[in-house]
Parts: sequence; C-alpha cells; structure tokens
Amino acid sequence: MSRPAVKRFILARCAQASIVLLVMSFVIYSLIGLMPGDPIDLMIASNPGATPEVVAHLRAIYGLDQPILLRYAHWLAAALQGDFGFSRTHSQPVMVVLLPALLQTCKLMLSSFVLSAALAFLLGIWASLKPGGIADTIISLFAFAGISVPVFWLALMLILVVAVNWHALPASGISTVGDASLRDQVRHLILPVTTLALANTGQFTRFVRAAMIETLRMDHIRTARAKGAGERRVVLIHALRNAMIPVVTVMALSFGSLFSGALITETMFAQPGMGKMIYDAILGNDFNLALTGLLFATLVTLLSNLLADLAYSWLDPRIAL
Amino acid sequence: MTPLVALDGIRVQFPAGRRTLTAVQDVSLHVNPGETLALVGESGSGKSTIGNVIAGLQRPTTGAIRLRGQLLEKATTRSARRDIQIIFQDPFGALDPRMPVSAIIAEPLRIQRLGTSAERAARTADLADQVGLPRDALNRYPHEFSGGQRQRIAIARALAPQPALIVADEPLSALDVSIQSQILNLLGALQQAHGLAYLFISHDLAVVNHLADRVAVLYLGRLVEVAPRAELFASPSHPYTTALLESMPRIGHRHRRAVAIHGEMPSPLDPPPGCVFHTRCPKAQAVCRVEPPRLDPAPGRPAQVAACHFKA
Repeated sequence: MSRPAVKRFILARCAQASIVLLVMSFVIYSLIGLMPGDPIDLMIASNPGATPEVVAHLRAIYGLDQPILLRYAHWLAAALQGDFGFSRTHSQPVMVVLLPALLQTCKLMLSSFVLSAALAFLLGIWASLKPGGIADTIISLFAFAGISVPVFWLALMLILVVAVNWHALPASGISTVGDASLRDQVRHLILPVTTLALANTGQFTRFVRAAMIETLRMDHIRTARAKGAGERRVVLIHALRNAMIPVVTVMALSFGSLFSGALITETMFAQPGMGKMIYDAILGNDFNLALTGLLFATLVTLLSNLLADLAYSWLDPRIAL
Repeated sequence: MTPLVALDGIRVQFPAGRRTLTAVQDVSLHVNPGETLALVGESGSGKSTIGNVIAGLQRPTTGAIRLRGQLLEKATTRSARRDIQIIFQDPFGALDPRMPVSAIIAEPLRIQRLGTSAERAARTADLADQVGLPRDALNRYPHEFSGGQRQRIAIARALAPQPALIVADEPLSALDVSIQSQILNLLGALQQAHGLAYLFISHDLAVVNHLADRVAVLYLGRLVEVAPRAELFASPSHPYTTALLESMPRIGHRHRRAVAIHGEMPSPLDPPPGCVFHTRCPKAQAVCRVEPPRLDPAPGRPAQVAACHFKA
C-alpha cells in the first residue's frame, strides 16, 4: 500500500461521500416535506384566534408557500455556506442546539464503544481458545443474553437495582445541579454506558470468537507454532490480525448507527444526545434541526466506513485500495 | 554414533467421540545426522502425525523423543525448535498472509532471539538467495508468489535457525510436476551445503527412490518395514512393501496384478487383531490373525527390519 494510492483512495471516497450526503439531504428534506402538517400548524394550534390571513402571512415568512424544490435549493445554498438555519422549537441557530447534543453523544458513544470493543476482544479471544469448553460456554451464554435482552428492560433493571435499591449511582441526567466535578459527570455516564455497551459486547464477542476460531484452524497458525512461537504470540500476532476483518466491518457499521440510534437509552437515562434530539425535532416539525442531525449521523457512518476500509488494507495486504 | 533424533515407543491417540483413535502405535525410529529418512504409507497411516510429533506440534500419548541422546521434555522442546524445523504440504495456507516475506523468514530468529536486527536482516537476505528467491521478494507478501516460490519461502523460513533436521511433510504434493523437481533439487543442494538431515514424508515412491538414504514404511500407524533405500527397492521384505512397489507406475513395465492389494485400509478406530495387515495380505495364515509380528531383521539382511511372520 503506497502513500499516493492511499491519498487517491481517500480523495475519491471523500468525493463519493459528498455525493451521498447531497442525495441524502434531498431525500431527508423531501421526506420531512411530505410529513402531514407543517410548523405553522403547530404554531397556531395553541392560538385559535389566528385568522387565515395571519396563517398565510406566516407561511410566506417561513417560505412554506413555495414549491419544495425551490425550498430545498434555498436550504442547500445556505447550508453550503455553513448556515444550517434556525431551530424552530429551540429558537436558536441549529448548530447551537446540535453541538452540545453531539458532545454528549460522543461521550456516551465513544466510552460505550471502547468498553464493548475491549470486552469483546477479551471474551471473544478467551472463548475461541477452547471452543466448547467451560469458558466458551459461559461467554457465549453471556453474549446471547447481551444480544437478546431488550435495551429498555436492561435500562429499567439497572435503574431499579443500582439507582433505586442500592442508591449507588444516579438514575438519570448528566450531572447533579451545583456539582460541576468530572467525577459527578462520570457517575452519571456509568449506567447508560453499561446499557449501551452490553448489547454491543454480545454482538462483537460473537464475531471475535467466530473469526478467531476460524483463523486458529488455519495452516499458517501451525507454521507459527512450528517456528517455536509461544501461545501468546501465535494468538495475538498471527491469529488476531488475520481475524480482524469481519470484526472491523461489524464494529464500523455499528459505530455509525450508535450515533443516531441510541434513542431508547438516551430517553431512559435522560441524556440529551443526538438520538433524543432528532426524535424531538421530527415530532416538533423542526425540520432544520432534524435534517442537520440526520445528515451528521450519515456523515459519521460514512467516515467510520472509510476508516474501516483503510483498516482492511492495513490488516490484509491482499486487499488493494 | 548417536542418532540425531530418536523416537522410542511413540504412541499417539486422539479421542474420537467415546472411542479412542490410535494414529500411531509403538513406533521407534531414528534419524542419523545428515541422512534422509523417508516415511511412506497410504493416507491415514500416521505419517504426518509422526512428523508433527518430531516437530513438537503433537504431544505423544506415550513414548520418548531424544535429540542427540537427550530426552526432550516440555521444558526443552522450545530450544529444540532450533534444531528441528518443519515444511508443510500446502504452501498456500502455511504462510501468514499479513506478514511480508522478510518477517516470515526472520520470525524463527526473532523468537529464538538470535542476533541483532541488522544481523537478522542480513541472514534473511542470505537465506532468500540460498533458496533462489528474487531479491525484491523480501518486501512482498505471500499472495504475490506462485506455489513453488511459496514453498521456497517456507524452506528459507525452516532454514533460518540453522536446524539439524527438517521434517518435510509432503513438500511436493501441492506443486506442479515441473516445480517438484526444482524444489527436490533445492532440498538436495541445501542438504549438501548444510549437512542437514531430512525426515521426508511422502507417498511418491519415485521421489523417495531419488533422494532417501533409508525408508520407513507405515501401515495403520505401525512400522512394517525399515530398510536402506537400495535394499528396500531391490528386495522388499514385507508383503505390504512389495505391494506398494508393485503399484508404482514404471515406463516400459506392464502393470502386474499378481500381488496387488485389495480393499481399503481398516479403520484405525478398530484395528484388526494380530498382524494389522492380515486382512489384505496375500500371505496371511492363521498365526497372522492372532499374533502381532515383531519388527525383526530380514533373513541375511541385518539392516533391513520388517514386521511379518513370513518375511521375504
């Protein structure tokens, strides 16, 4: 893998990604436009005195009387200059609303992702060393439990046991009022991070285990043993790197979805993250916010896939970029 | 003379469900320094298992392995890797796909902590030269090479720690015939240059006749005959060896069917009583079904031993 090839590959993928983002923005814009009702309906719902003239005037101010293609063109022209518009429900520029949610999501997602990946490697490798053994049976049981237990139930149980019965950790929110310490924020993150991590750990563990079992049966593993390599070197250098490809694929895909799809966890633990923000924005017909939020999620998915592709060619020299 | 490697009463058993599969049964063998001992037999006769036992990849259920007279225990096998290396049949699967060739060849040196990294790099380049790899091969990856070249990489890797014995487990079977002779010549040249001993596992008797000093014949995990090459090919003692030689295709000879053996090798899960070959043996008598024969010298040929009640 030569340097110019990598550069060309990244440039090509960035070009692709911007086209995907453009198409996605149009699709999302149209979908939101197709939803029944518009912001004006919501605004006047609490104001029965509004006359049709006022309504028409408001529509004209918001530009909602124009055809959807024209509205999209206006939005796109502004967005390309970095102006993503105004959030109707928050009465603030979209970025002012979005950035804190993004930050919160990053904290939540990165820590749960790192935790589940680390656990998955540990457990998956351990299980693969002796398939069908005691450790493998227990780890597989745990992995299946992680995959099959519904997130909302797990969240409720954690809140009930850890927060309510034991009073060990706070049940929800991101910090205690009047306490700005890092320790307090971390304490608030533990339960949602655990909830999110457990489901992913189960899935990742299954993949690590399966890939490792397959790789450990390969002939070049026997060669490594014949060279006199110790078990640690055989497993970590020869087997793990060759087993990484399916694992990296699954992790990259779920990383993208973590950014938009943690709605249940964010709701249960009152974490003001991206999932909750997008959900509220769609319900409130706050299309600027919903649109930008969804586009961010798309961008993260595209980026994590780009990173996964770069990782493939690093992991396996047979894969050319 | 102390043998380089000696196997003493090696038995290897694998659990197969509730039963036990005996892959190798009481095999005692030795390899002298610098000699080529060929191990021949049908598939499933336990050839590769014996190779793996010697290379330290398979622990025998019972029996002892000695290297230069010294018993190999678990504690000493690690350093024994320097002296005993192995080449495998399939050169496509045997090399780690994500390691460049230089790292593959140098890894035994790294593991044994031999030399500085500069010395190892020099040695790696030298090894690549010796096995006839192009100079630019070192920075490339295994998938960029043909089968023959990969086998050369595997040989260079096996040579790296300067072993005294290389176990070659059917190193030619996966290669084209034209490439086979190249690799065969390479193995011969390396033996000359380094005084290597080979345990050459093969089912190709023509190849064995070409390069072996002595030949050991396996049947159902048991040694049936061990003899110097010339004696074995000229006057086989065991009926199984005779049958194997008869099955060898030769130009200008009509295939004689007189002693061809029939049927399949019995299952190692359920070996026949007495002599294990009696189910297919043209010479079998009542005694063969009861009494397992011992590995004794053939009449008048002390160097040729065979396990048969009616050896020739």
